[in-house]
Amino acid sequence: MSRVKSKEDLLALQSAILAKRDPDKPLITLCSGTACCATGSNAVANAIKAELEKQGLSDTVSFRRTGCHGFCERGPIVTIYPYDICYLNVSPEDVPEIISKSIKGHEIVERLLYTDPNTGERIVRESDIPFYKYQTRLVFGDNPVIEPTNIEDYIAIGGYQALAKVLEEMTPEEVLEEVKKSNLRGRGGGGFPAGRKWESTRNAPGEPKYVIVNCDEGDPGAYMDRSLMEGNPHRVLEGLIIGAYAIGSHQGFVYVRQEYPLAVKNLSIALDQAREYGFLGDDILGSGFKFDVCIHRGAGAFVSGESSALMNAIEGKVGEPRPKYIHTSESGIWEKPSNLNNVETWANVPLIIERGADWFNSIGTEHSKGTKIFSLVGAVNNTGLVEVPMGTTLRDIIYKIGGGIRSGKKFKAVQTGGPSGGVIPEQYLDAPVDFDELTRLGSMMGSGGMIVMAEDTCIVDIARYFVDFLCDESCGKCVPCREGLKRMRDILNDIVAGRGKEGDIELLEEIAHVMKSASLCALGTTAANPVLSTIRYFKAEYEAHIEEKRCPALVCKDLISYYIQPDKCIACMLCLKNCPSGAIQGEKRKIHVIDQRKCIKCGICFEVCPPKVRAVTKISGKPVPPPLPESERVIERRAKR
Amino acid sequence: MVEIDLNRVEEIIGRYEGEEGVLIQMLLDLQSEFNWIPREVIARISERLHIPKSQIYRIASFYKAMSLSPVGRHVIQVCLGTACQVRGAPRIMDRVKESLGIEEGETTQDMRFTLRRVNCLGCCAMGPVVVVDGDYHGKVTPSEVEDLLQSYK
Repeated sequence: MSRVKSKEDLLALQSAILAKRDPDKPLITLCSGTACCATGSNAVANAIKAELEKQGLSDTVSFRRTGCHGFCERGPIVTIYPYDICYLNVSPEDVPEIISKSIKGHEIVERLLYTDPNTGERIVRESDIPFYKYQTRLVFGDNPVIEPTNIEDYIAIGGYQALAKVLEEMTPEEVLEEVKKSNLRGRGGGGFPAGRKWESTRNAPGEPKYVIVNCDEGDPGAYMDRSLMEGNPHRVLEGLIIGAYAIGSHQGFVYVRQEYPLAVKNLSIALDQAREYGFLGDDILGSGFKFDVCIHRGAGAFVSGESSALMNAIEGKVGEPRPKYIHTSESGIWEKPSNLNNVETWANVPLIIERGADWFNSIGTEHSKGTKIFSLVGAVNNTGLVEVPMGTTLRDIIYKIGGGIRSGKKFKAVQTGGPSGGVIPEQYLDAPVDFDELTRLGSMMGSGGMIVMAEDTCIVDIARYFVDFLCDESCGKCVPCREGLKRMRDILNDIVAGRGKEGDIELLEEIAHVMKSASLCALGTTAANPVLSTIRYFKAEYEAHIEEKRCPALVCKDLISYYIQPDKCIACMLCLKNCPSGAIQGEKRKIHVIDQRKCIKCGICFEVCPPKVRAVTKISGKPVPPPLPESERVIERRAKR
Repeated sequence: MVEIDLNRVEEIIGRYEGEEGVLIQMLLDLQSEFNWIPREVIARISERLHIPKSQIYRIASFYKAMSLSPVGRHVIQVCLGTACQVRGAPRIMDRVKESLGIEEGETTQDMRFTLRRVNCLGCCAMGPVVVVDGDYHGKVTPSEVEDLLQSYK
């Protein structure tokens, strides 16, 4: 492949690629992101290849392994074009039937389609499934149609044309102005205007300047950056090159977590291909502009996602934050001006250049423009990645797209912003989701994790969970964060263990305020958010733990007891056989009883008790009724249930 | 204890020689080669790159991906990401700990299992998730834990 030397060349290449491709030739795509690989995508891929071979279709049918489609709940996902058929939860055993019926026979395998849980209607097209129908997939939408390791797929859908436009028709200043005008805000957490950040790096004295992609994504429950990087690396790269041109940088870094091996692999391939085609290197698209990128694998430290810590890590040092009296845009990697944006932010840039700042401004709310990708997880029916315009309500995201709460349970709260964010209770479900509204509610946008919690989640335990996580991840450099987190953890551990005392809530609040005002980096200043927001909305639940020693959600081990209701027990021996600590007494036709002294509260009896019987219950805040006397435990033959 | 092939160590160090800021990348490669970073390896890096051992230890002990103690034949990762957390992962972790008699980060005496806590594997639809030697087990319940562990000898 010779290097592409101009926009004209690129358009010609796109036409040549499209000309090679017969739009009527059947194309099977298979979702092969990390999440689908975990559910068996590799086995399905092998089955598809083998079956095509076996049925003599290898030459007449194309097969593509794409990045994440987003609907992870129902993966692996297979789509068949041009018929536009979407099959969910596909297993290797389904493959022969799919190929015989849908490729050879134009028939549909009904059982693999999406079934609407309310109407029972089966849906054929991916885009008609409610999970997709209510989304606006501007950034993420190309994932299902391109193979991330094949640059031609990206060029075929118009890839790198924004870069060509920039290099041939715009000055760096014009690019900067366009991005500023678009009001694009950083998708990584803080929501700082990207254009202004670029400008300060551009204007900062010192050469060379660096541009960086942050793909550290340490928030538990958030994986949209990984899915973009795995599924469409060229898109991120194109945004980065455009940014480098606007800022005047010739060296870029991509910081990817070591835990994301597929993202590292696909990105490495993309970099090689981009060099080969002339999108990276000395004379990009014949413009004379020079830029290249190297990958830095992160070694697993949450705090290293913070911009100054990440830059320390790139220098090969311990990834701890620096005091930010001077912004990294002025003094970053090796004390040179460095501009860092998150994966999703960079991926928005080609769109803005292609369609213009005015178009971008037409989407979203007054101060938050464009779309945002959320990772919708937890107690929700449709776990997956969701892209919606800023300003979409939480209710629409959780109910229309997410399909509501799992197992018919009741909604309790949604947690956004990762360990720096907070919980949002039911009364704010109609709040429009954007940067400012989430902050107003005591949470934050963060990178886009959205963890749905049902009634069986203990809110104090969740606060304890985040504090515990941050305790591990705090680098220990500054006292308020290091000590504050430890003391908060001690207090919360006491509360969930039934040792809470009056004044604990106030003390937590006091520590939180000190941490907020005196910590060195954003990890510390935001670390108390999960505690503050849970106190703000669920104070009664804290009080129940402290005053009544009761866990209303029946979660906290030290505050609950398992109890078998004698009138419901059918003496089936299931719990007795499964109990790992031998705490259950009973025999056939004899009501089972839990010996509370032996019980380790693992919950297995509760889990295995048949749903029709439901004899095992959890009790909190009151004593367990005394066991029936031996003589009353015998079950006489009962009438059939 | 397993013999460390110092030739492999040399080879990995050689990949990066002369470049700036490569210590982390080098340690990651060594970690994936040996599954942990033995003392001899740190001494060798220190000699070759003229970096004080203390600096190497500081990095190797800071980052989660690096281990300074040997690992068992099977590595169990229990996901305690937020999504798994709200789907009952702590009870899974408790079962594993109870069953193996070790805490997070420890290895059983017979070197059969090493137990690790991870804070999100990004396959939240499967939660709670347990990964053993790279095999994903989704929607795990406490009562399944024992059989799952038994299947790894």
